[in-house]
Amino acid sequence: MGAYNTIAFKPEHCDGCNACMTACATAKAGNSDIINSRIQIVADGDNFELAMCRQCGDPKCVSNCPAAALAKDDADGTIDWDGSKCVNCLLCTVGCAFGGIVYNAAAGHVVKCDSCGGAPACVKACDRGALKYLTTANIYNEVGDLEDLFVPGLAGCQGCNTELIMRHTMRRIGPDTVLATPPGCIPGMGSVGYNGLTGTKVPVFHPLLTNTASMLTGVKRHYKRQGREVNAVALAGDGGASDVGFQSLSGAAERGEQILFICVDNEGYMNTGMQRSSCTPFGAWTSTTPVGERGHGKTQDAKNMPLLMMMHNCEYVATASTAFMEDLYAKLDKAIAASKRGFAYLHIYSPCTTGWRFPSHENIEVARKAVETNFVMLWDFNPRDGLRLSRPLDDALPIDAYLEALGKYRHLEPEQVAHIEGTVEKNAGFIRSLAEGRHPAMAQAMTGRIA
Amino acid sequence: MQQTEYLIVGASHAALSALQAIRMQDADGSVTLVTRDDALPYSPTVLPYVVSGRSAPERVALKDGAWFEQNRVGFIRGAAVTSVDAAAKRAKLSSGEEIAYAKLLLATGAAPILPPIPGLQDVNFHVLRTLADAIGLHRALPQTKQAVVLGAGLVGMHAAENLAKAGAQVTVVEMQPRVLAGYFDAEASAIIEAAFAAKGIKLLLGAKVSRCEAAGKGVRVTTDGGASLDTDLLLVAAGVAPVTDFLAGSGVAVDRGILVDDSMRSSVDGIWAAGDVAQAKGFYDGAKSLNGILPSAVEQGKIAGMAMAGDPAVKPWPGGVPLNTYTFFGQQAVSVGSQDAGEVVRKEADAKHYLKIVMQDNRLTGIFGINVPFDPGVMWEIILRRIDLSPVREAFIAEPQKTARAIMSRTWR
Repeated sequence: MGAYNTIAFKPEHCDGCNACMTACATAKAGNSDIINSRIQIVADGDNFELAMCRQCGDPKCVSNCPAAALAKDDADGTIDWDGSKCVNCLLCTVGCAFGGIVYNAAAGHVVKCDSCGGAPACVKACDRGALKYLTTANIYNEVGDLEDLFVPGLAGCQGCNTELIMRHTMRRIGPDTVLATPPGCIPGMGSVGYNGLTGTKVPVFHPLLTNTASMLTGVKRHYKRQGREVNAVALAGDGGASDVGFQSLSGAAERGEQILFICVDNEGYMNTGMQRSSCTPFGAWTSTTPVGERGHGKTQDAKNMPLLMMMHNCEYVATASTAFMEDLYAKLDKAIAASKRGFAYLHIYSPCTTGWRFPSHENIEVARKAVETNFVMLWDFNPRDGLRLSRPLDDALPIDAYLEALGKYRHLEPEQVAHIEGTVEKNAGFIRSLAEGRHPAMAQAMTGRIA
Repeated sequence: MQQTEYLIVGASHAALSALQAIRMQDADGSVTLVTRDDALPYSPTVLPYVVSGRSAPERVALKDGAWFEQNRVGFIRGAAVTSVDAAAKRAKLSSGEEIAYAKLLLATGAAPILPPIPGLQDVNFHVLRTLADAIGLHRALPQTKQAVVLGAGLVGMHAAENLAKAGAQVTVVEMQPRVLAGYFDAEASAIIEAAFAAKGIKLLLGAKVSRCEAAGKGVRVTTDGGASLDTDLLLVAAGVAPVTDFLAGSGVAVDRGILVDDSMRSSVDGIWAAGDVAQAKGFYDGAKSLNGILPSAVEQGKIAGMAMAGDPAVKPWPGGVPLNTYTFFGQQAVSVGSQDAGEVVRKEADAKHYLKIVMQDNRLTGIFGINVPFDPGVMWEIILRRIDLSPVREAFIAEPQKTARAIMSRTWR
């Protein structure tokens, strides 16, 4: 049994237009009477609620069926109804606490959602973004059996996003890898190991903050000369990438070294006591941008690392977030492939429960809010196609939805929030113009290397 | 002697549900399933449809041999457990074989009650509890012109409908003044009774059979009201009782069924019981009572299995809620909860529709409908969670299905 695709409902986007129900009734009953819809949207005051089959993992409708007419399909996870076995006893409707299997008078038997064989009509009909067909399960099915290349007992903080990034990325990149982890949380939590043992199942080394990309260049070239194909990968923090590590990184990118450099951006030096880095955003509290009588957090905007890297005209540059794993994996695949041809740079945002001051169970939600407010933007770039948005920048949530989730912004004055809002707007406008090919610099970058 | 970690006696819903729960937690412990039927696992609930011919006997199996193999379960069929030595942790089978177990689940279900009617033992009659019973009844259908069904419970009513559809003249004799008295009140029962009468089925309600005797190839049934019915087929459907006779001397406490606590444990260490055989806490009064319905068997089996395997996620039995669904002549009757554990806040009935809602302190205690749509599983959960309906009381009473769905979606979605 694997993981399965699923139809997800976001009530906050639903306005009760009933298009999903009409589409379902049309697909399943051949008429538009919503009583025949197997997805039922219910108005509840100003909100909308949902009754439909959850395709449960341990389905009670199946356990309650005396006629073996219901069964969970191991291949796609849907619960299938066999009309030739059903005896119309309705005991399945007693078992289901979700209103997901219901007697339909017109059909003369129970009906339930069958996910339209993987192309649900309701989701296609929803243009409000309230229904989504989540195929994230594919990731688990594809990589679930791949070997985790880190030891089980890494000492990351509770709810650490970076640990997720490390494990997910290396699992996919695979064991034919030499890994560089410059000073930061990644080696700090034990990936370089203790007492002569590494914390990885691949060769790992611990360069200085300054020379990660150049050491990796040498390692990669050495293997190339030997005729061995290995992935040369850096898992570096934003400090190691954007501050003192930037010189060697920029050099390797400019030379087109065949390296995959992953910047795990937690917006500061979180491992050594939460000092600011050049990736720390405006207004954020860190231990070196304190909040007090005079200090109000960082007074400069963050360096836009992924854009800087894009302007190196690398083989591949992308931003990603663990709240959007399908997107992250797709970009990882492209980055691995690009690193065989030239320099690939992946910038992954990694909310830090300890340094950003928020509860550990909210990590993915914080990562999601960052994207949904356009505080960070998901896109990728290659020299042929230029920059493409991975998700639209329109209909962003108000910035408060993100800022209010984080303790490091608790002190913000309205004018600071306004500044952040302005920065987000400016960044979004810039990225949008690049995506639309309107920016002159971009046009130049797209036509070839900048002389 | 065969040794097994888990011995499960019975092979219907409670047993299979327990087995699944055990395998969720314990992938390796040896499991043996013993059933007195010489058949693959099936549900007694499907049997009326085997009688009618809608379900082919070879297509009603809930699990097949491959499933047992896949789950590494030893499946012994056609062997009843005849005695249990709880101290030595051994069960003796009708085959003479003995099995040593570490943990024992009794899911032996129930068997038909034969009322003490003079002459009954001397005439040919049918019961309907096993697949063999159902196949026998199905075979008897074509030759049946006159049929008498004793009992207007779910089994009797299903059988009466099928016998009538097969062309027989059917009479149902019931001691209670109405049909399906366990699940519906007089008005609801009246709708069901009318549907049966319209199909030419005679219902002798409030009547008791005083004598049975052979009459030609058939049976003559005499009621205490003086009616005399000659029939080719007599079906006794006067209810069922838990199968516990094999527990004599075992030390397992039995009242009407095997007494169990909220994790389905019997009075004896290492022995659990679930399903129709178990006498567990009732939801409304907390008293231990029989509630022999399929959904309870599934729930209890799961709890027993989890408890037996030491699954830390096991939740205590919330208490039995009487509930059932009943389809008759294409109409749907649904009964969830107690008729009298509260005040009736809505009741309406016409010839084809019926709806009754019972609440106590703004909490749902029962909802009953005929040809009125609502989701019984959602209602059951609302009852079990004792959800305070005061903020939506009027809406719930006016539109129970829609309101309950909204409550579900925002409460346990």
